[in-house]
Amino acid sequence: MVPVSYYLILSGILFSCGVIGFLIKRNIITIFMSIELMLNGVNLSFVAFAAQWGHLSGQIFVFFVMVVAAAETAVGLAIIIAVFRTRETLNVDQVNLLKL
Amino acid sequence: MTPSLHLWLIPALPLLGAAINGFFGRRFSRQAVSAVALTFAGGAFLMALYVAARFSSLELPYTEFLAHWIRSGSGPHMFVANFEFYLDQLTLVMLLVVTGVGFLIHIYSVGYMWEEGGFYRFFSYLNLFMFFMLTLVLAGNYLQMFIGWEGVGLASYLLIGFWFTKDSAASAGKKAFIVNRIGDFGFLIALFLLIKHFGSLNFGQVFASVSQLPGEIAGYGLLTSIGLLLMVGAAGKSAQIPLYVWLPDAMEGPTPVSALIHAATMVTAGVYMVARSHVIFDRAPNALTVVAIIGTLTALFAATIGIAQTDIKKVLAYSTVSQLGYMFMACGVAAYSAGIFHLMTHAFFKGLLFLGAGSVIHAVGGEQDMRKMGGLRQYIPITFITMSVATLAIAGIWPFAGFFSKDEILARAYQANPAYWFIGVTTAFITSFYMFRLWFMTFWGDYRGRDTAGGHADSHGHGGHGDPHESPMVMLVPLMILAVLSFVGGWVGIGGRFEQFLAPVFGEGASTAATEALSHGTEIALIAISLGAAGMGWYLAYLLYLKRTDLPQKIADMLGGLYETVVHKYYIDEIYATLFVKPLVDGSTRILWHGVDQGVIDAAVNDTAEGARHVSDAARHMQSGNLRSYAGWVAAGSAIVIAYMIWMGVR
Repeated sequence: MVPVSYYLILSGILFSCGVIGFLIKRNIITIFMSIELMLNGVNLSFVAFAAQWGHLSGQIFVFFVMVVAAAETAVGLAIIIAVFRTRETLNVDQVNLLKL
Repeated sequence: MTPSLHLWLIPALPLLGAAINGFFGRRFSRQAVSAVALTFAGGAFLMALYVAARFSSLELPYTEFLAHWIRSGSGPHMFVANFEFYLDQLTLVMLLVVTGVGFLIHIYSVGYMWEEGGFYRFFSYLNLFMFFMLTLVLAGNYLQMFIGWEGVGLASYLLIGFWFTKDSAASAGKKAFIVNRIGDFGFLIALFLLIKHFGSLNFGQVFASVSQLPGEIAGYGLLTSIGLLLMVGAAGKSAQIPLYVWLPDAMEGPTPVSALIHAATMVTAGVYMVARSHVIFDRAPNALTVVAIIGTLTALFAATIGIAQTDIKKVLAYSTVSQLGYMFMACGVAAYSAGIFHLMTHAFFKGLLFLGAGSVIHAVGGEQDMRKMGGLRQYIPITFITMSVATLAIAGIWPFAGFFSKDEILARAYQANPAYWFIGVTTAFITSFYMFRLWFMTFWGDYRGRDTAGGHADSHGHGGHGDPHESPMVMLVPLMILAVLSFVGGWVGIGGRFEQFLAPVFGEGASTAATEALSHGTEIALIAISLGAAGMGWYLAYLLYLKRTDLPQKIADMLGGLYETVVHKYYIDEIYATLFVKPLVDGSTRILWHGVDQGVIDAAVNDTAEGARHVSDAARHMQSGNLRSYAGWVAAGSAIVIAYMIWMGVR
């Protein structure tokens, strides 16, 4: 059996990739994908622990996360389209009207 | 035990009057305001007469307890001050003078102030003054006296600045108040010393303790210090050198105020206080000498300034300072009863002079410059006659009131030190000269005011004016009563009767023995000399201001600088301004305002605010509005938390 630490390391790498992508990318869609990556990194650690302890709650939590992520994607993409229609750009640095 | 006299009513009545007029007077008619003011002032006078009627049946000194006030500490060191009243012969004299003259001036004011705005305010202040003055006079301890002392200062301030829209009046009020504060400071320190060493401020207790101390012949001990500090207070209130400067400026107030407060009553409070504290001064001869010297110098100094003044009220103001000097001279040679005697006659004739001057000012439509008067005796005969009585009285002509009291002082001064007497007689000559100068310039010769538009220096306008006109009866009756008093008021002193009346207060042994020490011949000679001085003053004034009116200008030109100096009152105001006022203002501006207030206090507050602003300004940049930088902060934060947890876990 693969040790749980492997999963956790992979999960950490995925999460970190997501964080780094979130921080350095300017395109909203890429940022969005980075968020998904982070969520899935976390999901991976959930299921890894669930398998480790033989406990279902981790897997249930993953389903919740996936449901929320799906909803978030639906809303998020709608917002992105709306932003693109009004601003004609997907660069987050230029979407700063609320800044003081 | 004699039944209660209800002495408390005497000050309480005017206070009630002041309250009624002060709170509700705005809605009253002038008639109602006058009725209230006169009722309560007159009530106080009637009470004083009642006390005088019962006086012979009283056990003296009579004290009346009203209420507890301060009780501090315990055991032998307990300090107690009560609201209590103290009545003896001295109090009675002051009581009658204050309420009597005060009531007459109230009546006069109704006529004088009738046209003025703020009528109710004036009478409210006037009644308030009566309350404080009577508190001062009736007080049973120094602390209560101090309340009255401060209170009359307040009333004086309010009334000097009565026409507060006029700059000069407002600043004259402030000047009077501030100069008085300097004197009050001395008085307060004297009270602290009394508390420290005698544990009481009650007259009876303090004087009993002081009597047991030996006299301080040499050195500067406790009693001398107390005496000198009390004299500082008296010099402030009674306008003696070096604190006299406020009184001439106080003439900015309405003329009845000048008569009541700045001639007849309040300014004599210092004399009263010194006389009341005679037990202390008797045992501090050095302090007493200082009192005599200050009084003598003030008498001469103020009289010389009076010569060259052209404002009728200013002449009277300097004359008041000078006469107060006489009273202090008398106190200073331990002739307290002579001082109080002069205080009383002075209240009559100086009150009359001021009221008469008010009537003159009223007649010529607010003009105060004597150079624009003249020949008024045809227009205002009653004022002329009453003023003449007062002038003769202050000049010390027999048998007017001033003769007896001034002569008494001069005789006693002669015994103590002929130098005092000499300066006193010189002053009497100058007094006679400037008073007759005023008299001639105002009432004799031709009227010089017709070609000049009224100056309205008193801001006492009466609309259009033709010839000068006599004042209404309500103003003339007080003049007549005071004229009678100025005429006969001195007779109570014939044969030393006044002195004998006050003897129980001041101790009989010393004073009567001393009077008899003067031989009859010397006494006659002294009287002759002072009468001669008065006569010379009259003749000189007659010569210069009636016969040869061109002479004064020539003499002034001849004297040149000396004359200028006198006209400018020896530049004392300017000297004070340079020596005290300007350094104080500059120091306050530079050090206290710019240095301490702006540099330390304001700076501390401002710099705190500025610092907070700078810190927030730095922190503000975290809120960049850049989504990714927020995410960065979140990531960094969680990284720190994770790192901490890992570190804790590993440890």
